[in-house]
Amino acid sequence: MQNPQYNQQMEFFVDMQRCIGCHACEMACAECETNGQESMIHIHYVERAVSVQTTVQVCMHCDNPVCANVCPADAITKDDFGVVHTANTSRCIGCSNCVLACPFGVPKKEEKAELMMKCNMCYDRTSAGKKPMCATVCPSQALFYGTREEIEKLRPNSTPVNKFLFGQEEVNTKVNIMMPKGSTELRIHD
Amino acid sequence: MYKLIQTLNRTAFIKAIIAALAVIVLVVLGSRNLQNFDAALIAYLMGTIFAVFGVAYRYSVWLQRPPTRLYWRRSMQFLFSRDFPFYFVRSIRLFFQNILFQRFIYHRSRTRWIGHFLLATGCLIAFAVTIPLTLGWIHFEFKPGNDMLYYAKVFGFEVGSFELGSFVAFMAFHALVWCSVLVTMGAVMMMKRRLTDGGLIATQTFEGDWLPLILLIAISITGLGISYDYTFLQGKTYQFMAVIHAVTVILFLVWIPFGKFFHIFQRLAQLGANLYRHEGRKRGMAVCPHTKEEFATQLHIQDLKEVSKELGFDFTLKDGSSHLDLSPEGKRAALAKAHFEARKNAGAFFG
Repeated sequence: MQNPQYNQQMEFFVDMQRCIGCHACEMACAECETNGQESMIHIHYVERAVSVQTTVQVCMHCDNPVCANVCPADAITKDDFGVVHTANTSRCIGCSNCVLACPFGVPKKEEKAELMMKCNMCYDRTSAGKKPMCATVCPSQALFYGTREEIEKLRPNSTPVNKFLFGQEEVNTKVNIMMPKGSTELRIHD
Repeated sequence: MYKLIQTLNRTAFIKAIIAALAVIVLVVLGSRNLQNFDAALIAYLMGTIFAVFGVAYRYSVWLQRPPTRLYWRRSMQFLFSRDFPFYFVRSIRLFFQNILFQRFIYHRSRTRWIGHFLLATGCLIAFAVTIPLTLGWIHFEFKPGNDMLYYAKVFGFEVGSFELGSFVAFMAFHALVWCSVLVTMGAVMMMKRRLTDGGLIATQTFEGDWLPLILLIAISITGLGISYDYTFLQGKTYQFMAVIHAVTVILFLVWIPFGKFFHIFQRLAQLGANLYRHEGRKRGMAVCPHTKEEFATQLHIQDLKEVSKELGFDFTLKDGSSHLDLSPEGKRAALAKAHFEARKNAGAFFG
């Protein structure tokens, strides 16, 4: 209905090592109107018994989203801007295929509502040229939304990577993860 | 046109033709060789046959997608197993709960549920009234020798009677009026959401979200127009009212297979997904190697590995296990650990 003012120059950059587990993004995420007051971001300790490391996970918005492919109800779609939208509420049958197939563990199933929900990069904001809620409040800039030039200035010793290897499977995404300078990919399992 | 023929899904086309022919056969049988068929409803019949053809075609194409096909086969396999009585009763219960009462929408929002329930109930009752009338399966006659007693026949067999002017007659003859009121109230509630909810405003489309509501209101208002005309205007505007109502209804029928209304048919898959979950739990749960907790059924994980492979995604790891063996939290932790290692190997965690 509205004419999206999506700024294609703006990108999402995530650096999990900068996450301090403060949950500010989680609170901000619940303010996103496309989520209906549900927080879609994931923050948790990685291995609480041996480490204080926390991690933060937003939807990576894959080029070829596995979630949309395995959806039996054609409820998940990717738009012209590369945003993979949360499940169409009239179609989603709450089967959890997407929840279990997403290689990044992003979609959430609202059990009683029999509905999958996930981050759509605050489409109400980003389609109006604004930043996603989480990126506006992150105090350590583990979540950053801006241009390539901005992130290069901020992180001169890092490189944004959007190619991920899960065994034999290569997954390319719209969202970047900040890696050591010169990296081209992130291999998840040895 | 050539492209249309080239891209035609042959299996779906054959099934759709069979479905449309079946409707025609049922019209002939139900109306006793067209004896009870109301010729004034011929345009509605054409629209209905097209809708059946379109829905059957799209449904068939939809079922050919690997994940949908898997759910369909599994649902049928579990339903028609030795546990048939249990799953049959469960399916009936779920049909009432999820299809007729749409209880899951209540958990999304109460107002939304009220709006959708009104709208859906109005539509379903209207379908139940108009489709048998259009196909000639139901018709009404006077009892011979008694011009005050009206009786209903289904497939040519008498099923009941009522006095003209009675309460039952009033309710029966105005059934579609009540439906129109329900649908209009529900559609207006849904429209209000779409005008005021920021999230919906950002993501909705005219053809996907507004057109269905506009169509439903148009059908309801023009239908009420017919009733208004014969009640208060002595039928002076009948032609006009009847024609614009027919136009809106036929637009609706023709559009069912393509637009949002197809979800009425897709929603039934929710029942299958429920049976699948139940049977899966009986067979055993999968435990995440990272969290050491149960997170899904083994059946689901195994099926998903196969379906995703069929779709061109292979998450098999070197040791023969799969990335899909991890729970969502396990996957997020695996990514975080890999990132940590990469930073550590580079000699700096930040940069």
